[in-house]
Amino acid sequence: MAMSSNSPALSELRERIARLEGGSTRRREVLPFGVSEIDRVLPGGGLALGALHEVAGGANGAVDGAAAALWAAGVAARTRGRVLWCVTRQDLFAPSLAQAGLPPGRVIYVEAGDEAAVLACFEEGLRHGGLGAVVAELARLPMTSSRRLQLAAEASGTLGIAIRRWRRQTEATDFGQPTAAVSRWRVSALSSRPLPVPGVGRPRWRLELLRVRAGESADFEVESCDAKGRLALSSDLADRSSAPQARSIGAAG
Amino acid sequence: MPASKAQVLVPDIVSLELDPAEDAAALDRLALWALRYAPIVAPDPPDGLIIDTSGADHLHGGEAAMLTSLVDRIETSGIAARAAVADAWGTAHAAARFLARPVSVIPPRQAAAAMRDLPIGALRLPTSIVDGLHFLGFERIGDVEDTPKAPLTHRFGPELMRRLDQAMARAAEPFEPLRSPEQIEVRRAFGEPIGAAETIARYTGKLVDQLCVALEQQGLGARRLDLLFHRVDNRIEAIRVGTAAPVRESRRLTRLLTDRIETVDPGFGIELMTLTATLAEPLRDRQTISSLVEPEEPDISDLIDVIANRLGASRLYRFAPVESDVPERSVKRVAPTAPEDGASWPGEWPRPSRLLSPPEPIDTMALLPDNPPVWFTWRGIRRRVARADGPERIFGEWWLHHAETTSVRDYFRVEDESGERFWIYRAGDGEDPATGSHKWFLHGIFA
Repeated sequence: MAMSSNSPALSELRERIARLEGGSTRRREVLPFGVSEIDRVLPGGGLALGALHEVAGGANGAVDGAAAALWAAGVAARTRGRVLWCVTRQDLFAPSLAQAGLPPGRVIYVEAGDEAAVLACFEEGLRHGGLGAVVAELARLPMTSSRRLQLAAEASGTLGIAIRRWRRQTEATDFGQPTAAVSRWRVSALSSRPLPVPGVGRPRWRLELLRVRAGESADFEVESCDAKGRLALSSDLADRSSAPQARSIGAAG
Repeated sequence: MPASKAQVLVPDIVSLELDPAEDAAALDRLALWALRYAPIVAPDPPDGLIIDTSGADHLHGGEAAMLTSLVDRIETSGIAARAAVADAWGTAHAAARFLARPVSVIPPRQAAAAMRDLPIGALRLPTSIVDGLHFLGFERIGDVEDTPKAPLTHRFGPELMRRLDQAMARAAEPFEPLRSPEQIEVRRAFGEPIGAAETIARYTGKLVDQLCVALEQQGLGARRLDLLFHRVDNRIEAIRVGTAAPVRESRRLTRLLTDRIETVDPGFGIELMTLTATLAEPLRDRQTISSLVEPEEPDISDLIDVIANRLGASRLYRFAPVESDVPERSVKRVAPTAPEDGASWPGEWPRPSRLLSPPEPIDTMALLPDNPPVWFTWRGIRRRVARADGPERIFGEWWLHHAETTSVRDYFRVEDESGERFWIYRAGDGEDPATGSHKWFLHGIFA
């Protein structure tokens, strides 16, 4: 387990590695999910602020990115300040973002037209520093660009989320390519929580942490964002928390 | 034609004295108004305006959209207008007056092809030359173009070929742009022409500093800046930037201007730079709030300015709620700096995070009138519906369109067996064919 051992030797090693990694030696601030099972596997106890994170949808979600967008909205909703959302072509439905805790007054959209312009606006937003979070929808994220974005985010302390979205499901293999992002997530839709009556219950997601710097991958079954953007661990009918299964493989899939 | 003859032909004709001085003054006023479209504008008496739109069209949604908006706005004030955009003044002049369309866009390097079929009168030549050409049997510009140049020049003088080259966009034709007298303007002339991007950036910074001092003296902040580069070959290159709120901060304005230096072609060198605040608004000093109070929301108007000047202001927006039950009408785009009223959408009903525009037709099998489909086929994949919620009935807005008086949409939230959730609707209430076609559509994708 990643954070189970707290021996002084290990923490000293971690400190030395952090110093080797350079940049700011100050302790990174994090944005906790408020779900102890998820926060426990993340280094620092939450999603690092001032860093770039990647998220994509699984299966059909790789094309429409619906769940990934709502996950990003939930994270952005819990930051302070405005949110810049860069897209190539607009198909977001703002009322749904408002239901995930992002009121329309907080989000500024940029419809950039092509990927290069999205990347430029993404970096501009991260570099500015006055925003709470910057979200961009991208199909391609080369190593060089992601490194630039990560450095910009580190310098300003703004949270950057790249929603990876492709035109075809087969192109989603690009998600395996290495990038400089601090963490990589995949959100896939699961069938909703069963209700005692016919109908669709609260949506559930399989949230996979595919890769995180200085941490191990894991996956969770969660219930989607509530009105404040918070996730909740999925509970079955008996209202009993199911334990997350931490996976021991380190490679990103 | 004498006035009496005209009165016979048109019974209710209104006759006015010709007043060339007032006409010229009105044309000047119209040219000043047209400065909102591009920084380099000049009146072209007796009845034209010249606008150098290079580097300005993307801010108005492209050349065709800009021309349409220009013509529409002028027409609302009661002036019939025609407009054309082309590589050169001569080409646009001829196209606006002699093509049968109110708005024409001549693509780059197509000037010669577009001009060939126009009559010789389109060449801005003195009447004597036009009459002479007609006497020789020339009717169209293409005829003159195909004839050897020397004999024609020998007969009519150099004016004919000069005008022909200008119309074909082969010869440059400088003009003196109109400047408004009360604008704040700073300029810098160079003894030796400059051309390197770094040099231009350095002097841009110096000009902005001077301009900011001038703005401060008058208590103004710039909303729009025009930076004009007068080149040694008498052409003018321009950069125009706009800001969302009045700005007097030298660093921010320099950043906006230097961002666009790559669009300037210095040619053989720039000998004069002019920086004008074409739009300035009062900007008062503001007291900063002490740290005892809640920290102020960080100012992001500089970020908005940078992105808006790069992509065009219409590409940057916020969504605001509209009181409408029809999903695609329930959002509108507002400027990112628009005042925030805290309004949001009613939150009782789940809404999809992606909305397809337009809704995509799907094949379904469903029990009418009230049941959700048992399965549906979307983009070639057939999905069994495992769970569903609905219907949520949305009525047409009869106060907007008469055709919507009876129309109805029944929305269902469905979940397929793999757990993907969709928002589908049936046009019509399932019973009365007057309410809709009873076809099914997929309108959104839930997270």
